[in-house]
Amino acid sequence: MAYFEYQNIFTQVQVQGEPEMGMDNENNMGAERSKGASFSTLVGWIGNAQLGPIYLGWAGTISLATGLVWFNIVGFNMLSQVGWNIPEFIRQLFWLSLEPPGPEHGLRMPPLNDGGWFIIAGFFLLVSVMSWWLRTYLLAVQHKMGKHIAWAFLAAIWLFLVLGLFRPIMMGSWSEAVPYGIFPHLDWTAAFSIRYGNLYYNPFHCLSIVFLYGSVLLFAMHAATILSVSRFGGDRELEQIYDRGTASERAALFWRWTMGFNATMEGIHRWAWWFAVLTPVTGGIGILLTGTVVDNWFIWAIEHNFAPDYLAPYGYEAFGTYGDFGGIGQGGN
Amino acid sequence: MLPKWFDDWNFKNPTNVFGPAILVGAAGGAVFVAAMLVAFGQPFATQSQQTGPRGTGMSVPEFTMDLAAGDPTVAGFFTSEPVVPRPGDQLAGAAYPDVIPDLANLTVANYDRLVDAMQEWTGIPTLFEGEENYQWVVARRMIQMTQNINENWVGHVQANAEVGVTCYTCHRGQAVPNNIWFRISPVNENVAGWSANQNRVTMVSNYTSLPSDYLETYLLPDADGNYAQIAVHDLESRVQQQPGDPLTQQAERTYAFMNYFSNSLGVNCVFCHNTRAFYDPGQVTPQWATASLGIIMVQELNLDYLMPLRDVYPPERLGPVYADAPMAACRTCHQGYQQPLQGLNVIANWPELATTSGEPDYSAFQ
Repeated sequence: MAYFEYQNIFTQVQVQGEPEMGMDNENNMGAERSKGASFSTLVGWIGNAQLGPIYLGWAGTISLATGLVWFNIVGFNMLSQVGWNIPEFIRQLFWLSLEPPGPEHGLRMPPLNDGGWFIIAGFFLLVSVMSWWLRTYLLAVQHKMGKHIAWAFLAAIWLFLVLGLFRPIMMGSWSEAVPYGIFPHLDWTAAFSIRYGNLYYNPFHCLSIVFLYGSVLLFAMHAATILSVSRFGGDRELEQIYDRGTASERAALFWRWTMGFNATMEGIHRWAWWFAVLTPVTGGIGILLTGTVVDNWFIWAIEHNFAPDYLAPYGYEAFGTYGDFGGIGQGGN
Repeated sequence: MLPKWFDDWNFKNPTNVFGPAILVGAAGGAVFVAAMLVAFGQPFATQSQQTGPRGTGMSVPEFTMDLAAGDPTVAGFFTSEPVVPRPGDQLAGAAYPDVIPDLANLTVANYDRLVDAMQEWTGIPTLFEGEENYQWVVARRMIQMTQNINENWVGHVQANAEVGVTCYTCHRGQAVPNNIWFRISPVNENVAGWSANQNRVTMVSNYTSLPSDYLETYLLPDADGNYAQIAVHDLESRVQQQPGDPLTQQAERTYAFMNYFSNSLGVNCVFCHNTRAFYDPGQVTPQWATASLGIIMVQELNLDYLMPLRDVYPPERLGPVYADAPMAACRTCHQGYQQPLQGLNVIANWPELATTSGEPDYSAFQ
């Protein structure tokens, strides 16, 4: 009896033998990619057991080199801040940060020790990220693929550029940029939200959350649907798109009976792509409007009947007192 | 019971199953515990104090066992009832040539009683005995500070009930109170400005990467004698950037200060604020007003009483970076509780410390 076994994730079957070196077409890709390939059983548990060959190209080389420069500038600045003390550097690593300049410097080049290194590092990170994007685009061209991956990556880059480039320029100060540090960038996020009157009342932040959680939901629904019909060949999605079989029929029927509607075998991927892409696109719009157009999202939300104002009595009489909560005095709040 | 092919296969392939079994058991056990924690919640009982209108989720939670344990230093509070003066009682000013000037009008019985208590509270058994030393000078000023707090800052130290302060509120039986603070900013080397005062694990930053300079910024005056504004918001819905409007940096520093508040009082944000609009005076709680008075009180205490003592202290009592005098803030008194010593009424028996007039009111004990 023929039966199917999952070969997607946590597969029990690993193909290890002569490496698949891929095509070597008119773009001369074979000459520019690495020559060797190896196999890893560990990697084979979660995907294809073959590692390599890798094609870096000029864009990838530039990206890695400038990214490394950024990484080193940030790291050495942190090391410098702890007085070149390696144990202290390791101990404080998650707390340390390369901070943007103070607001007094505006968009001018600040002194190196007061945000200057941040500007330089930021420039290299910009080059690195943009050339990695170019790499995704050029590789797609060379493989005669659509550019969906590049455009989706660009959506994420849009949010990155809004945070570190567009919004600081519109605000007239590099001090508005996000610091390069583990905890410090989280502090920045919290302080940014509070400074602009609670970002949860920013409708584009709301939209971004909708698309983010929506992406997760769609991903789970799609993955579960395909896995559940792979025993009928549903994991051969491309074949099912142009020649609908019982797997597609069952999956469609399941969702139509469940919620009255089903995406198509092809359309579900457009749903997923757009939800994923719209997450950073709407988020970036929300960040770009913050401080440039709207200064206090909570007040803005009340003005637009988006958040309710308290009209009823405040209800002090319902509040707890310290006397009932550990206090040993005669009472009081 | 098991199929023959399975037994055959096992017989031909002897395997030590203990390694994998322990691994799977440990991983499975962890997953089980995690699932149970998610399903049933954390197992320790909690209580909460409602701090805002119903439906806003404003409450301060505590573990029941922590509430029951309480502040261990409460039991160490030394107190004794005053001796009501009778006409003709000898005054300390007449009996002792080296009397503490602010307490000269006390009867000898009450003076001795108070000095005993102060020795007990501060953990300095020789205080006001033997040769005069720097501790005498500091202690006299601290008596004036305590009297000032109890008389002029009733709005803070007796906001809801008579609590008051004595030496013990800060000292807790130790010569140097545990929760004093010093200026330490800049905390980072080789950087200037905004980069220099944050992103370091310090006691002052409460082990966060938030700025370590918030206490000195908000509680000490700048060169022109002004205090920095504690603000995070612009109160315009649309951009109308005014000079002096807070920036993200001010929001971060304020955040650090609020974190200090929260740790010092053992409370969370919603003890004082409705977190959907931190700034809005229409949505703050009654505690916000008490805390705001506390900020102004601490500014006064640092400026008028604590900073001027810098030249009195020996070097080992001064700050590690700037050799500045030790200063006070919320945690110095509160030490993790909404009211210091859990709201214990420490002033009741000590009318001598409740007034700056030098004429204590003993009427409650007659």
